[in-house]
Amino acid sequence: MTPRYLPYVLILPVTLFLGVFFLYPFALVAKQAFTTGGGFTLDNFREVVGYWKFPISLKNTMLLAAIVVPVQLALALLMATMVNRMQKGRDLVLYVWTIPLGISDLAAGIIWLAIFEQSGFLNSMMTGLGLVDQPITLLGYQNPWLVFAAIALAEIWRATAIMLVILVAGIGLIPKEYYEAAEVFGASPWKRFVKITLPLLRPSLQTALILRVVLAFEVFAVVVALGGTLFPVLMGQIYSYQFDLMNGGGAAALALIVLAISVVFTLIILRALRVPKGATI
Amino acid sequence: MTATDVSSGAAQRRSGHYLYAASVALLCAWVLVPLYFLLINTLSSPDTVNSFPKPFIPEFDWGSLEFFAGYEGMLKALKNSVVVAVLTMIMSIAVGAPAGYALSRFEFRGKGLFRMLVLLTRAFPLPLLALPLAVMFIRTGLDDTAIGLALVHTTLAIPFAVLITFSLFSGIPIELEEAAWTLGCTRFTAFTKVVLPLILPGIAASAIFAFVISWNEVFAAAVLTIENRTLTAFLLAKLGEAPLHLKFAGGFILVVPALVFIFAVRKYLFAMWGIANR
Repeated sequence: MTPRYLPYVLILPVTLFLGVFFLYPFALVAKQAFTTGGGFTLDNFREVVGYWKFPISLKNTMLLAAIVVPVQLALALLMATMVNRMQKGRDLVLYVWTIPLGISDLAAGIIWLAIFEQSGFLNSMMTGLGLVDQPITLLGYQNPWLVFAAIALAEIWRATAIMLVILVAGIGLIPKEYYEAAEVFGASPWKRFVKITLPLLRPSLQTALILRVVLAFEVFAVVVALGGTLFPVLMGQIYSYQFDLMNGGGAAALALIVLAISVVFTLIILRALRVPKGATI
Repeated sequence: MTATDVSSGAAQRRSGHYLYAASVALLCAWVLVPLYFLLINTLSSPDTVNSFPKPFIPEFDWGSLEFFAGYEGMLKALKNSVVVAVLTMIMSIAVGAPAGYALSRFEFRGKGLFRMLVLLTRAFPLPLLALPLAVMFIRTGLDDTAIGLALVHTTLAIPFAVLITFSLFSGIPIELEEAAWTLGCTRFTAFTKVVLPLILPGIAASAIFAFVISWNEVFAAAVLTIENRTLTAFLLAKLGEAPLHLKFAGGFILVVPALVFIFAVRKYLFAMWGIANR
């Protein structure tokens, strides 16, 4: 076999795989969403958008992403810069901080349920400190904001690690000489962070944000574990269209809406954080 | 500069150092304390888990875990999870690693397009594609089987497998291979005798990463399995009705492999993103 064909032979399995399990199902979803019985129609979209739960689940999903992603970005940047100047115990601290990377959203939801449920640790602490006389219902319809806060905390707890890993790797690629030069000219640590780290970190920030934002729109199991039906989100709606309502067309239409939102945000992030041509390290 | 300036500067630096150490400790606690709470609940008797207030030290009672193991369908779900994750691990490496090698060693037409396709998959909420696949699987007899779900999970894991192996192969100088060729190795034997031994730990790490992706996946698993539920899908289905101690023991079983695996692959977590960003 000549080397000329070798690369194509090597990438063939992945291409076939993604063709069958990524592009083809994608086409199927689109077809299912735009048809009901026969012919092209927008009925499925009209139906899911008109359903009373749609605006609230869209709002919840967006609000959650809008709160969670910026907090995670700030936290991940803080942690990455802290790790970067660490001399002793760097490996141990990094291991601890990346543990949530391996934890599923379902498990994270269950973990935070242990804290927020009525006989959970938060209530135990509050009664222990004498703040409340008896355990109060934290995750109930009486406290919608608390349900939201618990879900947001669980998401921040779980998924900051993936951003941290990407940013630590990115910071490691920035030449140390830049910082030394800046120090010689008397730049403060904050100034060095804003003028060197942030601009040179753009490719990593791009990757981290795209990954996180897309995953934020997919939020599902955390919400089921903590909020049940109190906090409807788009993924949960898709699930209930498929199984509770037995409406495959509706599920497909809603899936396309989530896909469209994800793609739009990916493009926005790509555009906002684009790296000028030729401006690599 | 006077003596007081120097000492106040040193004091400031020391207080800054304490602040720094305290924040590191605080952020470690932020990660570990919720895990500790889950551990307490798992190692307490079902009665304690449902009582109030909660103890802050585990009582080392195996009641909750025994209940978990005895719950109908749970052990089967656990087994299914392992089977699907192992299949995902094998398939994603077998399919992804050659592409990673091709990307790192060859310049070829369509390389940019191919990378684009791989990267594109990460910008999509992939579990959604389980919906149409459910129909396709019923037609092909793959519905509700471990292999069917593993195929979907492999699609999730492939972009990572390709990018990780790409960065691993890029880390091995092509000169090593060229030296082997001049010494009489073919392209294939040079690969198996020189490159493969060097790359094996990294391949193992990316295999473990694929395992964790599959192990943790909830949505596609819940959509594609009915009788042969994986642990995540089973727990999700039981969330509404299951007693608290079952949920916590299940959560704990989900978390344990993650802890071990992240520890095993910690060296490679960063290398793979460093180059894959480019």
